[in-house]
Amino acid sequence: MSRSYDILLVGIGGQGIILASNILGEACLIEGRSVRGAETHGMAQRGGSVEGHIRIDGNFGPLIAPGTADLMIAFDMLEALRYSHFLAPGGHMVINSHFVIPTSVFMQGATAPSKEEILERLGRDRNPCLVDADTLAEEAGSPLSQNVVMIGAASWFMPFAPGSLSGAVERLVPKKTVEINRKAFDLGRAAGKACREGSRDA
Amino acid sequence: MTTQYLLGNEAIARGCLEAPVHFVTGYPGTPSSDVIDILRSHPERDYYIEWSVNEKVALENALAAAWCGQRALCTMKHVGLNVAADPLMTSAYTGVTGGLVIMSADDPFAHSSQNEQDSRCYALFARVPCLDPATIQEAHDMARDAFSLSEEFSLPVIFRPTTRICHSKGDTSLGFPPVSPRKGEFHKNPQQYVVIPAHTRILHKKLNQKQPLIKKALVGKGYNQAAVRGRVAVVASGIAASYVQEILPEDVSFMKIGAYPIDEEWLAQFVQKHEKVLVIEELHPVVEEAVRQVAGSVPVHGKKDGKVPFEGELSTIAVAGIMQECGITPLRTFPDSVPAGDLPARPPILCAGCMHRPVFYSMRKIFKEGIFPSDIGCYTLGLQLGAVDTTICMGASITVGSGISHSGEEHDIVATIGDSTFLHTGIPGLLNAVYNGAKMILVILDNRITAMTGHQPNPATGETACGIPMPPVSLESLCRACGVVYVETVDPYDLVSLQAALKNAQEQPGVKVIIARQPCVITARRAGIRRGRFQVEPNTCTECGICIKFGCPALEKAGEKAYINDLCSGCGVCAQICPSGAIGKEVKR
Repeated sequence: MSRSYDILLVGIGGQGIILASNILGEACLIEGRSVRGAETHGMAQRGGSVEGHIRIDGNFGPLIAPGTADLMIAFDMLEALRYSHFLAPGGHMVINSHFVIPTSVFMQGATAPSKEEILERLGRDRNPCLVDADTLAEEAGSPLSQNVVMIGAASWFMPFAPGSLSGAVERLVPKKTVEINRKAFDLGRAAGKACREGSRDA
Repeated sequence: MTTQYLLGNEAIARGCLEAPVHFVTGYPGTPSSDVIDILRSHPERDYYIEWSVNEKVALENALAAAWCGQRALCTMKHVGLNVAADPLMTSAYTGVTGGLVIMSADDPFAHSSQNEQDSRCYALFARVPCLDPATIQEAHDMARDAFSLSEEFSLPVIFRPTTRICHSKGDTSLGFPPVSPRKGEFHKNPQQYVVIPAHTRILHKKLNQKQPLIKKALVGKGYNQAAVRGRVAVVASGIAASYVQEILPEDVSFMKIGAYPIDEEWLAQFVQKHEKVLVIEELHPVVEEAVRQVAGSVPVHGKKDGKVPFEGELSTIAVAGIMQECGITPLRTFPDSVPAGDLPARPPILCAGCMHRPVFYSMRKIFKEGIFPSDIGCYTLGLQLGAVDTTICMGASITVGSGISHSGEEHDIVATIGDSTFLHTGIPGLLNAVYNGAKMILVILDNRITAMTGHQPNPATGETACGIPMPPVSLESLCRACGVVYVETVDPYDLVSLQAALKNAQEQPGVKVIIARQPCVITARRAGIRRGRFQVEPNTCTECGICIKFGCPALEKAGEKAYINDLCSGCGVCAQICPSGAIGKEVKR
C-alpha cells in the first residue's frame, strides 16, 4: 500500500495555519492527488496552541501518528518543540525563528526555554532549520504573509511540482494580496534552499 | 462534477444544498456551527434559514416545516440534542412528510464540550435512523441522501458526524444543487399531529412496525458493508472505520457500519462466519452491543472486555495497538514517541481587551469569599482567573446559583452567563430564582454575539442569521419582566462603575442582575472600531506585578518591568488597575 506524505503544521491560533493547510490541500487538487487534513477549531483558537495535519496522497483518517510525520512546519519555535515527537526519525522541520512566550509563563511563573535551549533540544535527533519568516514577510509587504513565507521555505521538502504550490497560493489568498503573497512565497523559497542543503539557519 | 478540498462541515453544507434543503434551523455549538454559517452566507440562497435561540426551539421549527412538506435541516452539537430531546422523542411518533435531518455533532475527547455523550444512543432511544459518516466524502453523500431517506420512512433522521469529520478535510467530489423549491402546506391531520393518548398509542405501534423495514433498507443502500476475507473479523463504525482501513491486513474480514439501526439477521450471518470478532468504535459500545447479541459462542473483543477504551477518541495508532492486543497484526506499526517535557502550557485564553476579564477581576476583588457559578461560552475560560466555580450545561449558572442559595450556603453567590446562553436557557432559571426567593447576583456578560462558536448573531445582536436588521431584545426588560428589581447596566471597561454596581448589588435583597455590556473585542475590530493602544512608562513601573496577574495576553514582562505588546486593543483596564499610574495611552514618538 502506498504511503501518504504527512506534514504537520503547528503554531498559535491566529497565525494562519488554516489558510496554510488549505494551500497544501489545493496543491494536491492541482496535481489530482487525494488528500486528508485535520485542524483545530473552536475553543483552541483563542490564542492557544494549534496543529494542522495534512496527509498528501492520504486515503484514510486525517490524523498523523506521533513519530511518523515526514515534515513539520512550525510558525513558533516553542510549538515546534511541543509537537516535535510527531516527526519521524530523519524528518525535516522548517521553523519560524520567533516565538511568543505563553501568558502562563507570566501568570503562573512557569519557565520558558530560551531559543538556544529549544534549538539544542530539537537538534538532538531531528533536522531543524530556522527561517526568519517575520522579517521576510515584512519584506514581502505584510507581516500577515509569514504563513506563506513558511510554505515557500518548506516547499523544498514537499512532493509537489514547483508550480503547484505557488498556483495554490494564488488561488486561495485574498485577491488584493496576491502580489504580496507571491513575493512572500518566493522569498521563503529562496531562504529555504539553505534548509534543503542541510543548514540549520536559513 | 467538481472536486474540492473541503472541511467536513463545508462538505455537509454542500450535501444539503444538493438534496436540496428548503428550511434550516439550529443553535451554534462546536463542532457543528460552520454548517449554518456556510449556508447562511451562501450567495444563491433560496431556502429559509435561522439561528434559533436554542435547540428545542430549532427542532420544533424544523419539524413544523417538515410537516408542511419541506426538507428541513436542524443542526446542533451533541449536548444540544439533550435540549431538543423532548420534541425528538415524539417527532418519531408523528413522523414527517418532508425530509427532516437532525445533525447532532458528537465530540469524542471533548475537544470543546462538557461531555462525551453519543448521539447514536438517542437514535436508538427515539427509534429513528442514524447516519454516521467515516469520511468527508461520505459526510457529503450522507447529508445529501438523508433527506430522501427521511421521506422514505416518514421519520426524522439523525445525522451524526464527529469532530474529526466536521473539522477534518479531504478532496470531495461534488454534484450540482438542483433548483427544486417547495412551498410548505400544512394539511390538518389530528391523528398524526395531536399526540393525545388515544392517538399516540397508535403512533407508537406504527413506529415499531417500521423498524424491520428500516434495517433491511439500510443494508440495501450500502451504508453498512461487509467483506469476508478470513477467519477473524474487525467491525468498525464512523471515523474509526477509516483508522481501521489504513492498517487492516488483507486476510482479516471487515464490516463497516455507517447506519443504524443495524439489521441483526445480516449482522449474525457475518459474525457467525468468524472465529473471533473485534469491534472498534468511539464512545458508547452501540455496535458492540449489537454484535454481542448475535455472537453466540463467537468471542467478541471490544470495550466490554477492556480492549477498546470507552472514553476519548481513537486514531490509527490507537487502533493498531488494539489490534495487536487482540492478536491481529496491523499492516503498519508505529514507533514509541515521547513528547518534549517541561514546556509552559499554551491553553486558549480570553483575548486581549476581552470584556469578561475586568468582570472576573472585579468579582474576585469584591467577593473574596464568593461562590461563582458560571456557564458555557468563552467566559468559561474565567476558570484560569479563579472566577468560575461550576459549569454543567447551558443556562445552569443561574439555577446552580439559586440551588446553592437555597441550600443554606451563606457566602455571596455571583453567577455569570453570556447573552446568548441567557437567551438560550437562562431565562427560565432567572424566573425561577426570583419566584422562589433566591439570594444571588447574576452578571450577564453581554458582548452582543455568540462568540465562542464563531460569532453567530442572536436576538441581542440586532440582526438575523441572514444579516437582516432586527431590533435587539432588551435584556433589562426581560430581567425586569422576570421580577428582578435591581437591574444595572455597566460598561465593564469602566472599573469604577462596574465595581460600584457589584458593591451596591451585594447590599440588595433577592436576585440582582448586572448587565456588563461591551461588544466582543473580535467583532468590534472587524467592525472597524480602533482604540488607541496603551503603554507602560518603565521609569514609573514599580515592578509590582499587579497588571501581570490581570492575565491579559497583551501584558508581559520585559525583565522585571511590565510591557504591553502589540496584541493590545486599547480597553484601558490595565491603566485603571496599575497602582502607580505607570500605564497610559501610547504616545507616538
